[in-house]
Amino acid sequence: MLLHDTGLIYGRYLRQSLRSRFALLFGVLMPLLYLLFFGPLLTRLPLGPRGSSWQVLVPGLLLQLSLFGASFAGFAIILENGQGVVERMRVTPVSRLALLLGRVLRDATVFVFQAVLLVLAAVAMGLRAPAPGILIGFAFVALLTVALGSLSYALAFKVRTPQEFGPLINALTMPSMLLSGLMLPMTLAPAWLDVLSHLVPFRYLVDAVRDAYAGSYTSTHMLYGVLVAVGFATLAVTVGTRVFRTAGA
Amino acid sequence: MAAAVISAAGLARTFQTKRGPVEAVRGIDLTVREREILGFLGPNGAGKTTTLRMLTTLLAPTGGTASVAGHDLAADQVGVRRACGYVAQSGGVDPSIGVREELVTQGRLYRLTRDQAAARARELAHDLGFAGLLDRKCGTLSGGQRRRLDIAMALTHRPKVLFLDEPTTGLDPGSRADLWDLVRRLRDEHGTTVFLTTHYLDEADALAERLVVVDQGVVAAEGTPSALKLRYGGSIDASLQDTFLAITGRGPSPADVTPVAV
Ligand SMILES: Nc1ncnc2c1ncn2[C@@H]1O[C@H](COP(=O)(O)OP(=O)(O)O)[C@@H](O)[C@H]1O
Ligand SMILES: [Mg+2]
Repeated sequence: MLLHDTGLIYGRYLRQSLRSRFALLFGVLMPLLYLLFFGPLLTRLPLGPRGSSWQVLVPGLLLQLSLFGASFAGFAIILENGQGVVERMRVTPVSRLALLLGRVLRDATVFVFQAVLLVLAAVAMGLRAPAPGILIGFAFVALLTVALGSLSYALAFKVRTPQEFGPLINALTMPSMLLSGLMLPMTLAPAWLDVLSHLVPFRYLVDAVRDAYAGSYTSTHMLYGVLVAVGFATLAVTVGTRVFRTAGA
Repeated sequence: MAAAVISAAGLARTFQTKRGPVEAVRGIDLTVREREILGFLGPNGAGKTTTLRMLTTLLAPTGGTASVAGHDLAADQVGVRRACGYVAQSGGVDPSIGVREELVTQGRLYRLTRDQAAARARELAHDLGFAGLLDRKCGTLSGGQRRRLDIAMALTHRPKVLFLDEPTTGLDPGSRADLWDLVRRLRDEHGTTVFLTTHYLDEADALAERLVVVDQGVVAAEGTPSALKLRYGGSIDASLQDTFLAITGRGPSPADVTPVAV
């Protein structure tokens, strides 16, 4: 039943995404601009012990794509609450977990698709990275999207207007991006900033993806990255499902 | 007397808000019999929607018990969901999605197979008179057409009980009359029990066989429209308007009401 229901919800929202092709492509615009106009500034900087600056920048841009995209997923719930769509689904016997999973898996599909486009563009710009590392990067994008999407949907039940939701999400995502070293590695940071950034979960994810892009798949960074990503996603899905069960009441 | 299909005892819901607790429903006792059209009448803010959302499992009660079609609200939510259909005041379709797609998805949420869901969508559209609109987007439908689609969505699984929250608010007079006919037909042809909320007195008078009047979260009166008129309005020919005002304590008290016919 869970599979059946999840597939059904996933299909409904994926068809909705496919109908708005423009929105589907628009999401890659911001990271693409970073790639085009910021990436070239880094090529001659000594950013890490191994590899080129592209292997440092592209993992950050991939997670940035997911961070900014998935955090805003809750906007859709605010609209659907107004239309009565969420209640209409909750009144059927459909699984509450499926109501969440169908949506976040659609989001993961969309952002992995955008991540593929971004990596293709990066390869054209000069990125060289091992294929397994690139695939691991996509897996992290998917996990992060599931986690952030779930939290965003949960938050959207509490904050009932777009006017409150937008600024709140901006206030949460901007510091997260800066503190996790998505643009430039935190190894460049003074000690206090480096310590602070270890409190932000995305720090562990970006370190892991950078290792993957450099071909080290069994490093401590990778271990921590996987643990944090899986733990964060599990926690977020649990919270999100509870909110779909009670609709935030 | 037909068996009770809905019964509630002391059903209550308090919302915790930033400005303190709000007692939206303070203890509702009611019984709805099979094949009955029950009008749940009350002013805005009386707790009608909150009661409906509790009876359909959308909202957990903070007090009391209820059962719907033999399923206990607390112990068997899935049983309640299978037995009832619900149309919220706002409806429940996405304006950017096609009518057929919404109906088919709804059928599949009720665990029909793809083919069954497609057949049921055609059948409902035909039955409710919007067969020609299946390939339109939901957002292009008129108010009356939208309401019929919303009701079709709630009838997908042939529920024993249909809950309608202010089904005719915002409809033009012609569409309202059509909707009243539809509700009567559902009961007559399919034996569906209909529980509808309204704050329109003419609607309660014309459609409901029995009224439960709620005010400030409690049942203030109940009975057939004529029994209520006799008891609270002073005469069987009293207007429901006067009766309602007498019950809710706003406006003239029964003693002040000029008898309409003496
Ligand atoms: N989610 C909620 N949070 C806080 N208060 C609520 C909520 N839903 C309803 N209320 C309050 O409960 C009361 C009853 O509301 P409602 O059931 O919608 O009344 P009706 O449908 O009869 O107009 C109102 O005072 C309303 O403001
Ligand atoms: Mg209401």
